[in-house]
Amino acid sequence: MNSITHDPVAPLRREWQRHTPAQRISRWLVWLVCVAAVVWAIRSIDIIPEFLADAPEQMGDMLVRMWPPDLSHYYPEVHNALIETLHIATLGTVFCFVLAVPLALLAARNICTIRPLNALAQLGLVASRSVNSLVWALLFVAIFGPGAAAGVFAIAFRSVGFVGKLLAEALEEANPGPREALRAAGAPWGAEMLKGVWPQVQPAFWGIALFRWDINVRESAVLGLVGAGGIGLVLDDAINFFQWERVSTVLLAILVVVLLAEIVVNRIRTRLI
Amino acid sequence: MSATTSQPRRLAFAPNWAMRAALLVLAIYTVWASTRLGLTWDRVVHGMGEGGRLLARMVPPNFERWQLLLEGLLESLQIAVLASAIGILISLPLGVLAARNLSPLWIAGPVRAVIAVCRSLHYVIVAILFVKAIGFGALAGTAALVVASVGFIAKLFAEAIEEISMKQVEAIRATGAGVMKVLAYAVLPQVSSRFIGFCLYQLDSNLRNSTLVGIVGAGGIGGTLFAAFKRFDYDFVAAILLAIIALIFLAEIISGRVRAALR
Repeated sequence: MNSITHDPVAPLRREWQRHTPAQRISRWLVWLVCVAAVVWAIRSIDIIPEFLADAPEQMGDMLVRMWPPDLSHYYPEVHNALIETLHIATLGTVFCFVLAVPLALLAARNICTIRPLNALAQLGLVASRSVNSLVWALLFVAIFGPGAAAGVFAIAFRSVGFVGKLLAEALEEANPGPREALRAAGAPWGAEMLKGVWPQVQPAFWGIALFRWDINVRESAVLGLVGAGGIGLVLDDAINFFQWERVSTVLLAILVVVLLAEIVVNRIRTRLI
Repeated sequence: MSATTSQPRRLAFAPNWAMRAALLVLAIYTVWASTRLGLTWDRVVHGMGEGGRLLARMVPPNFERWQLLLEGLLESLQIAVLASAIGILISLPLGVLAARNLSPLWIAGPVRAVIAVCRSLHYVIVAILFVKAIGFGALAGTAALVVASVGFIAKLFAEAIEEISMKQVEAIRATGAGVMKVLAYAVLPQVSSRFIGFCLYQLDSNLRNSTLVGIVGAGGIGGTLFAAFKRFDYDFVAAILLAIIALIFLAEIISGRVRAALR
């Protein structure tokens, strides 16, 4: 009684705090770790100060040399390389399904009920995703020799992990009802997949294929740097000969193709889905 | 009057002729394009044999030069951390400027174009340009990955900001708050958790990419990998690849944990 008459508004003056002390300490620790990581990186990274000092000047110099783009250089060399790049991207996307569909079927836990096989398929998908497309290209150049064949295989093997993972997730989300009905009607496994599962994952399938094709168009543009065909070869030559007007032509061509691919994919996707 | 009004017989599984035609076209294209690129069956079979030989030479991975390996991995890690930090710092204002519900169109349009250009050029191409302009080393790699990060996160930031509820913004504006206060009290609380998710994702992908920019001389483990490839040290190549995969695995697990803890 006494305490209330003593100060009636004391409870109202209580300071509200959003987090408990433990939460505040952990949030502070996270910030500390982030800042420490950045400071460590800045202090120990091997950057030559002279390079950093004249970087803007050098960049400006390069851009001036690039202007104006040597557009007369576009046909036929750049054009043919661009077409080859698109072929590499498309063929790579097509071939990746040869491996990605079986692996996705094995990795989806509702389709393949053998747990060790699930884990094995997941491992394969992760390994494909962890190795970058340029590294795949290096490996396949060592196998097939320089040329577009190595590029196609690099794109295909790189895409398997991505496509397989998304496809397995789509398969796991499929409704089991149609499959059970088909099985009850005595349908064999193939018919069960084709008529019970495929119609359900079809929109996701086309979406994934288009999305990956879009990514592959970007990736196949650099494969030539390690000798795996496409426009990267032309770019590499132009850079090595310091023909900066040609470099800017190639860059413009890549930019236009990438933007066009994105627009086309968006168009098709809105129509399909 | 005969009873011809009966429905035409309905097929349980009607053939989808459009799809079949499209698949046929795709198959024809595949064969045609394969022959154009010189991708024949003989070559594939020959390649398989070569692939077997390559794998055989890679098999006992050689970790003898582990110091070189560790040095490269650490440099990759530094590049990834720095590029993510700088990229996020640049992306924050760019994302706000590119959001069409907060900034006027004459600002949002050009900023969006800049972001689109950053995103369209592959980071390896950007890395080559930086290597030629500012010299070999980690600086070029960091700069290239900053460009890639800006292209990716600034776009996602802008999209997240465009999805916010404008009610809070109006409420804070009605109190007479300035632009910075509106951002701090009306916009950031709505998007901060998604922002952190994007940043984590970008750190993850920067780490993957930083292991690669070395192939064009921009620092990190990629340079070591490329050198080993050129010297046909395939057992050391295998060791480097295993180390990269392990590092990426570790990063994926950690970022998955952090993301689960944030949720």
